[in-house]
Amino acid sequence: MFPIPIQKRPLINRISYKILVPVSLFVWLIPLIGIMLTSIRGLGDITAGNYWGIPSEFLLFSNIKDVFQNTPMLSYIINSFKITIPTVIGAVAISCMTGFALASYKFKANLFIFFTFIAGNFVPFQILMIPVRDLTFQMGLYDTVTGLVLFHVAFQTGFCTLFMRNFIKALPNELFEAARIDGTSEFNIFLKIVVPLTRPAIAALSVLIFTFIWNDFFWATVLIQGQHAMPITAGLKSLNGQWVTVYHLLSAGSIIAAVPPVIMFFLMQKHFIAGLTLGASKG
Amino acid sequence: MGWFSTTPFLNVPDSTQITYRKSSWWKLNQQRLTPWIFLFPGLLLFLVYVIWPIFNSLYISLLQWDGLSPAIYVGLSNYIELLDDEYFYISLMNNLKWLILFMLAVPIGLGLAIFLNQTIFGIRLIKSLFFFPFVISQVVIGIIFSWFYNPRGVIGPFLDKLGLSNYAILADENFATYGIIFAGIYPQIAYCMILYLTGLNNLNIDQIEAGRMDGAKGLSLFKNIILPQLKPATFLAIVVTVIGSLRSFDMVAIMTQGGPYGSTNVLAYYMFETALSEYGYRMGYGSAIAAVLFTIMMFYILFFIYRMYQSEKKGL
Repeated sequence: MFPIPIQKRPLINRISYKILVPVSLFVWLIPLIGIMLTSIRGLGDITAGNYWGIPSEFLLFSNIKDVFQNTPMLSYIINSFKITIPTVIGAVAISCMTGFALASYKFKANLFIFFTFIAGNFVPFQILMIPVRDLTFQMGLYDTVTGLVLFHVAFQTGFCTLFMRNFIKALPNELFEAARIDGTSEFNIFLKIVVPLTRPAIAALSVLIFTFIWNDFFWATVLIQGQHAMPITAGLKSLNGQWVTVYHLLSAGSIIAAVPPVIMFFLMQKHFIAGLTLGASKG
Repeated sequence: MGWFSTTPFLNVPDSTQITYRKSSWWKLNQQRLTPWIFLFPGLLLFLVYVIWPIFNSLYISLLQWDGLSPAIYVGLSNYIELLDDEYFYISLMNNLKWLILFMLAVPIGLGLAIFLNQTIFGIRLIKSLFFFPFVISQVVIGIIFSWFYNPRGVIGPFLDKLGLSNYAILADENFATYGIIFAGIYPQIAYCMILYLTGLNNLNIDQIEAGRMDGAKGLSLFKNIILPQLKPATFLAIVVTVIGSLRSFDMVAIMTQGGPYGSTNVLAYYMFETALSEYGYRMGYGSAIAAVLFTIMMFYILFFIYRMYQSEKKGL
């Protein structure tokens, strides 16, 4: 163990550690605590500058109700789901196939294609922006959920392929060989052996991509203009402009926007972290 | 090991196995064709939406084009104009500030990971809560910090005590960028921390014990035994931090939109502003900015690919 377990340290260290951890956690979360406190306040507290004191009224629910009634927040959230869920399904399904192809077949272009996927995944969005926007226009998909989803699926395929390929490559090859000798077709090897075995990777990828896409702001700004297709990140930004001083409503809106990825994270924590730290423990 | 260098089919010595039935062509070529069938949808989408646009953007950077009227080929003049563009230099400098300061996320993340790598009651929940900022959208983080920095907002009372009443860092052209970077680094620290926590979890205990037997303690143990073992985590932390720092668009768009007076612009945002905002639809000029950003990023991408290639060669 590194560092030395605190249990093996003198009593004084143990006590101070147990005090220090919650204190540092509190300091770390001050920004988030601040916004939560603000979201339960009323306008009175905000104008009086009461940001850190005890809220004079508890208005979380009425603030949330306000946000839903006076802004298109509900349709933003629905749009976010309409964008995120198909992207997750599309990117994961496609990358199961590309990952399998690159992990278990030897052909000349294999590594080249693999590295192309990786490189494309790191490219700055700005170098894609104008052509992708044009292309989306030409297909008649500008300002539609479909146009945004298509791009997201394509772009996420890079990262997902890297992930799936490495996962499938780590599976014991004997399984495939045995199936081949038994006369199983390549498609059945994929469907009956690879897909069931990659379930943990599929879960990890799904939570990760869900979070990435839910939180996307740039492409929503570039490919979406109107409220009818706008996801919550872009929606919040437009509310930010309108409500410079109405922080309690903006805070409530921010919290609503953060809820789905946070729930996802806590439910699927193990998978989420496994996905993010891919490669952190071995070269 | 053991990836078939020849297809199983060819390994079969008995030629009587090759029976020419209806599907024989498919049987013969199944091994060779299957990967391409599986690759087809992903590769097609990726080529259309990622690879082709890169080259298209590089081409557009040689044009003068507003996106509607016919484009005029102008050669390198967009790049030459960049050389004289004050805002381009401001953006480039800001990118550099982002890059350098963002690197702090790596040691801070490591420090936090070491601090939290204990087994006390509730530590799993505590680690998750530390990781929390990374899960939340940058838009929300940006809104939180804008409100945080507002002089009539959260830190107002504290600034009053310091004699800085009504000081708004985001309106101060000398310091606004640092205000945004501080907000941006917050989730990045969480990411680095989680990478190092995973790394610490997978340390080789024998080596550490052996080191301790040899009398290595504290800093020397850390430097000589722990840090080398954390190399994969460090590598990944640096890669994601560099890329994170160059993708600073969201934070700038939410917190300042490049202002005051363009002082917080970064290449990513400046490109967007030139090409797609009320400041004019200068697609060619925007693409030239994007090309500069792309070139910078390409160094890191190639470095990363080179590393992966090395480990692939070892693994094969």
